[in-house]
Amino acid sequence: MSSLLFALSNQRLDDVPPFAIARRVGALVSFAGIVRDNNEGKSVTRLEYSAYQALAEREGTRIVREAIERFDLIAAACCHRVGALELGEVAVRVWAAAAHRGAAFSACEFTIDQIKERVPIWKKETYCDGEQEWVRCHHP
Amino acid sequence: MQIRISYYAILREQRGLDEETVRTDNSDLRQLFRDLERAWGFSLSEKHVRPAVNDEFCDWSRPLVDGDHVVFIPPVAGG
Repeated sequence: MSSLLFALSNQRLDDVPPFAIARRVGALVSFAGIVRDNNEGKSVTRLEYSAYQALAEREGTRIVREAIERFDLIAAACCHRVGALELGEVAVRVWAAAAHRGAAFSACEFTIDQIKERVPIWKKETYCDGEQEWVRCHHP
Repeated sequence: MQIRISYYAILREQRGLDEETVRTDNSDLRQLFRDLERAWGFSLSEKHVRPAVNDEFCDWSRPLVDGDHVVFIPPVAGG
């Protein structure tokens, strides 16, 4: 996936960046979002991600492009899981490569924040009492 | 006109379908959502969903045309 800036995957996410590290790279920051065992006070046993694939890929790609431009990155990428995940699995990875660490750290944070806010991906959590819930979809 | 509607996440469960093709004379996206919301008892109102047409986000004011592919996007929760 060397040319892909954003990808959805139903396979475990490798921690190796999906791009070659150019000689002028001085910093590579990677972020991993992990499936945690609790959310808003409830004990989570598993979860499932689903996505509107065509638009998720478009919007995710736009976000990584924005990060590259904004932080003057040499390379960047993001990969997000879909399907059923167990506790402790990596749900999302972001990589940012820059000449210096400041830009790479900032770009990683920017990218994951935007991904969570803008990309049409949904999370259904299963709790220890067997209840299930679409996260953020419950409004009074 | 004929339009295709795809459903995701909680709206997919509430509609009980991934996708359907509907015939309508109504070109108003907001009215279409309100009709579906009433018909299928959606728990999300229009202020919680975002429309997309033909795989791009759009405004509620975008008029529908024959052949459009419509998705009402529930609050996202990636990451």
